[in-house]
Amino acid sequence: MAEPARPAAPAEPAGPAEPVLEVTGLVKHYPLTQGILFKRQIGAVRAVDGVDFVLGRGETLGVVGESGCGKSTVAKLLCHLERPTAGTIRYRGEDVTRLSGRALKAVRRNIQMVFQDPYTSLNPRMTVGDIIGEPYEIHPEAAPKGDRRRKVRELLDVVGLNPEYVNRYPHQFSGGQRQRIGIARGLALRPEVIVADEPVSALDVSVQAQVINLLERLQREFELSYVFIAHDLSIVRHISDRVAVMYLGRIVETGTDTEIYDHPTHPYTQALLSAVPVPDPEARAHRDRIILTGDVPSPAAVPSGCRFRTRCFKARERCALEVPELAVPAEYRYAEGPVAHDSACLFAAERQNVR
Amino acid sequence: MLLEVRDLHVEFRTRDGAAHAVNGVTYAVDAGETLAVLGESGSGKSVTAQAVMGILDTPPGRVTGGEIRFRDQDLLTLKEEEHRRIRGAGMAMIFQDALSALNPVLTVGDQLGEMFRVHRGTSRKDSRAKAIELMDRVRIPAAAQRVGDYPHQFSGGMRQRIMIAMALALEPDLIIADEPTTALDVTVQAQVMDLLAELRREYDMGLILITHDLGVVADVADKIAVMYAGRIVETAPVHELFKRPAHPYTKGLLESIPRLDHKGRELYAIKGLPPSLQAIPPGCAFNPRCPMARDVCRTDVPPLYEVSGERGSACHFWRECLDG
Amino acid sequence: MPDPREPYEPERAVAGTGMGGGMDLAASEAATLEREPDRPDGAGPEDRPRSLWSDAWRDLRRNPVFLLSALVICFLVLIAVWPSLIAPGNPLTCDLARAQDGPSPGHPFGFDGQGCDVYTRTVHGARASVTVGVCATLGVALLGSVLGALAGFFGGGWDAVLSRVTDVFFAIPVVLGGLVLLSVVTSNTVWPVVGFIVLLGWPQIYRIARGSVITAKQHDYVQAARALGASDTRILLRHIAPNAVAPVIVVATIALGTYISLEATLSYLGVGLKPPSVSWGIEISAASPYVRNAPHALLWPAGALAVTVLAFIMLGDAVRDALDPKLR
Repeated sequence: MAEPARPAAPAEPAGPAEPVLEVTGLVKHYPLTQGILFKRQIGAVRAVDGVDFVLGRGETLGVVGESGCGKSTVAKLLCHLERPTAGTIRYRGEDVTRLSGRALKAVRRNIQMVFQDPYTSLNPRMTVGDIIGEPYEIHPEAAPKGDRRRKVRELLDVVGLNPEYVNRYPHQFSGGQRQRIGIARGLALRPEVIVADEPVSALDVSVQAQVINLLERLQREFELSYVFIAHDLSIVRHISDRVAVMYLGRIVETGTDTEIYDHPTHPYTQALLSAVPVPDPEARAHRDRIILTGDVPSPAAVPSGCRFRTRCFKARERCALEVPELAVPAEYRYAEGPVAHDSACLFAAERQNVR
Repeated sequence: MLLEVRDLHVEFRTRDGAAHAVNGVTYAVDAGETLAVLGESGSGKSVTAQAVMGILDTPPGRVTGGEIRFRDQDLLTLKEEEHRRIRGAGMAMIFQDALSALNPVLTVGDQLGEMFRVHRGTSRKDSRAKAIELMDRVRIPAAAQRVGDYPHQFSGGMRQRIMIAMALALEPDLIIADEPTTALDVTVQAQVMDLLAELRREYDMGLILITHDLGVVADVADKIAVMYAGRIVETAPVHELFKRPAHPYTKGLLESIPRLDHKGRELYAIKGLPPSLQAIPPGCAFNPRCPMARDVCRTDVPPLYEVSGERGSACHFWRECLDG
Repeated sequence: MPDPREPYEPERAVAGTGMGGGMDLAASEAATLEREPDRPDGAGPEDRPRSLWSDAWRDLRRNPVFLLSALVICFLVLIAVWPSLIAPGNPLTCDLARAQDGPSPGHPFGFDGQGCDVYTRTVHGARASVTVGVCATLGVALLGSVLGALAGFFGGGWDAVLSRVTDVFFAIPVVLGGLVLLSVVTSNTVWPVVGFIVLLGWPQIYRIARGSVITAKQHDYVQAARALGASDTRILLRHIAPNAVAPVIVVATIALGTYISLEATLSYLGVGLKPPSVSWGIEISAASPYVRNAPHALLWPAGALAVTVLAFIMLGDAVRDALDPKLR
C-alpha cells in the first residue's frame, strides 16, 4: 500500500493518519472435506485470498462487493471471530493474529463489531441493560462494579435511546432501535476500531439515515476508526474516506471515494457502479450500463489469472495467465489527480460516462 | 383497466388486538404499464398484493372492505375455485426469496411443467418441452441440460429467473413482483430487472413492482404509489414524483438518499419510527414524524387529494409541499 | 428496509412465501415504547436491574397454571415423604375376604384384587412412582442436555462419536433391555429402575439439546459475545442455554409420565419393583385383570398417575413460557 511520491488526492485527509490497523496478505481458506468420521480434504473455499489495507485513526474505510466476495469474512477476521490461514493483522504495530488467552482478550477490547441483522445479534433472553452491560462483565477492569449501571444508561443516552429502557427485552424494539442497542454494546469498552458489517441494510429506508448519522456523530465524538462493509454504494460513499472494492476474496481497486466513484479504472468497479439503480428517473434515458453476464464464480473454484476475467467485458488471453497486482496501473503511474490509484487490472483504464 | 383496487381494507388479528394493515388502498394498473408500490416494512404493500392474489393468510388476515376488480370481475366475491383459475393464468406473482418459493425436492423442469399439466392438461413430454422453452425465454443458458436440475443447483439470480419463468408460464396479463431483486447482488439485480422490463414489453403485461428501493423505482416504473401505514399517501407518474414530491413522507425519503453534495454533512433523516399497526395515530398517520404537521393533521385523516389529472396526495398541505 | 425478517413468526418464514409476511410487527411493537414511557412498577429511574430469571419468577408467581401445578406437585412430594400423614393404615394389611369390594366407610376407594385398601396403597405408592418419575427425568435431562450441549457446541470428533452411540441406544428395545439388565439386579428399591431409565433415556434429550444448541449457536449474538471476548463457558451458560432450554423442558416433562408408566411395565414383567413394594405401576398392573369387576382398583392409581403427569407438563409449559420474554 505504500505509494511513494504520489500526489495527494484532493479528498484525502491531511497526510496519512497514524495507522491503527495494518492488514497484510490476509488469507482465509475453509477446507472442504468429505466423509463423516474420517474426513479428507478435497479442496478449499478461498473466502479471503490475499487482502492488504491500512486503517488510519479516525478514518472510515468502506468495503464494497457482492455476496461471496469475502467482505464479511474480512470483518470476522478483524474481530478475531475467525483465525486467518495466513497473513497478519497489526493493531498499533503489534501482530495480533496469533494471540490467544488474556492478550487476545485485551486486544478485543479495542476492536468491536456491529452486526447486520439487529434481530439475531441481540440475545432475546437478555434485558437491554444486560446486553450493553455484558462487556463490563467480561472485562471487569473496564468499569468498577458500582459504576456499570450508570455507564449503561449513559450509553443508551449516547445512542439516542431512553435510559429508562434498561429492563426491556430486544423484541420490544424496532429494527432501528435494536441496531442502536448493538452499537451501544460495541461502544461500551471504548474501542478504537469498529467493524460494521452491513449495519443498515436490514433497516427501513427512513431509519437508515438516522443510524448513519449516529455512526458519524459517534466517530467524531469518540475518534473511532470504522471499517464499514456494505453493498449499498451510495451509503458507502457518504460515510467513507477511502473505499476498497472486493471481488472473490481480493481487493480489486482501492482509493479515496472520489477516485473510486468518479474515476474507476477497474472494469468490475465500473460495472458495479453502473448497475446501481440511480434514484433519478431522468437518468434512465442516458444511462450507459454495463450488464455483466453470469454470476460470481464459486470461491471454491477461483478462475486462474485475474479472478474477474470470466465475467469481464475486457478479458483477453493474458488475463487467464497473469494475476494482476493491486497497484497504480503503469499508464497512470506518473499521472496527476484521481486516476492514479490502486487498481488490480492488466488493462485498467478510465471509462468515460460511467453514470 | 386491467386491475383496479378500490378502498381495500385488510385487518390482522393479533394477540394485542386488530392490526390495521391496509386502510383504504386504491390503485389501478393497465396492460403494458408498470406500477411501483413503494413503502417500508409494515406499510401494507405486500398485504395488498396478497389480497389481490387471493393468497392472504386467513386467519389471521381478513379483507374487511373494498373491491378488487380484475378485468371487470370482482375478485373478492369469486368462489375459491374461480379465483384459483385466475391465479396463474390471469395473474402471477414473483416472490423475493426464490429459494424458499421453489420446492427443493422437485427438479425445476418438473415444477415449470406442472403449471402446464395442472392448468392446461398438457402431457408430461410436452410440458417438459414447454419448460425448456420457458427457461430459454428467461435467458437461462443451456436450458435443455439444466431442466433436470434442482433449485439448489442454481445461483440466486438464476433461481429468480426460474421464478419469473413460472410466473410467465401461462402468459398472465398481470405480474406482481414482490421485492424481486432485494435478495440479489447489484450486478445480478440489474440483469433481472432488465429481463422483467423486457418481458413486460414483449407480452404487454401489467406489472406491479413492490419495492422499498427508490433506485429500482426510478429505473423501471411508469407510475408510483407510495404507501405508509396501510394507506396510499401519494400517487404520481414517476418523473413528476421524483421532481416535485407532493407528500412530506415522499419528500423525506427522497431527501434521505445520500447525495454527493451532502458528503461530510448529516443526512436528512425522517425522525421517529413507523407507527404500530395496532395504534395508528389519529388524523394523518404520518403526523408525529412530519415536519409540516399542524393541528388539523392530528385530527382529520387527509383524503387522497387530486393534485393534477394523474397525481394524488394524502396531505392537507400538498400545495406547500409541492412548492417548498 | 427489506422486510424479509420477521422475528415473531418463524413458522411463516419457513412456510416460505418470502413475502415479508403480513406485516412487520417489530415496527409496531416499537410504538408500544412510545405509548407507555414508564411502567408503574418501578420506583422511578433507579428501579432494580432485572434479569431473565427474576422476570421469569415474577411472571410465574402470577401465573395460575404454574401456581396450581406447583401446588399439586408440592402435595405429591409431601405424601411421598410422609404417606402416613393422610393414610395412617398399613398398605400391606390386606384381607382377601374383601377382595374387589367397592368403597365403604373408612375405605373410600374400595379394595383391590388382594383385598388391600386402594386408598392406602395409592397414597403409599406415590413415593416409588414420584421418585422414579422425578429422579429418572432429572437424570435423563441432566445427562442428555449436558452431553448434547457440549456435543452441539464443540462439535468435532466427540460429537460424531456420541451421536453414533445414541443411535445404538435408540436401537435397543426398552422392554427387552429392561428384562435383560434388571433381571440380574436383586435390590428391591427404585434405584436400579431409575438407573436403567437414565441409561436408556438420555439419548432422546441428547438429540434435542444438541439440535437446539446448534441452532442457537448460529445466531449473531453468540458471535457478538465472542467478539467481546466472552469465554466458552459464559457463551454456553449465558447465551446458548437460555435459548436452547425450551424444547428440553417440554420433552422432559412429557417423558416424566412415560417413565412412571415404564416403571409400571417393568414391575408388571417382574423386573421392576417387586411386592411387597408399593407403587402405582404395581397397582395398575395388578388391577388390570379385574378391570371389569373392580374398575375402581385401576381407576384411582391411574388417576393419580394422570394428575401427576399433567401437573409436571403444566409446570414445564409455564416455565418455558416464563423464560420467553416475547410472550410476556
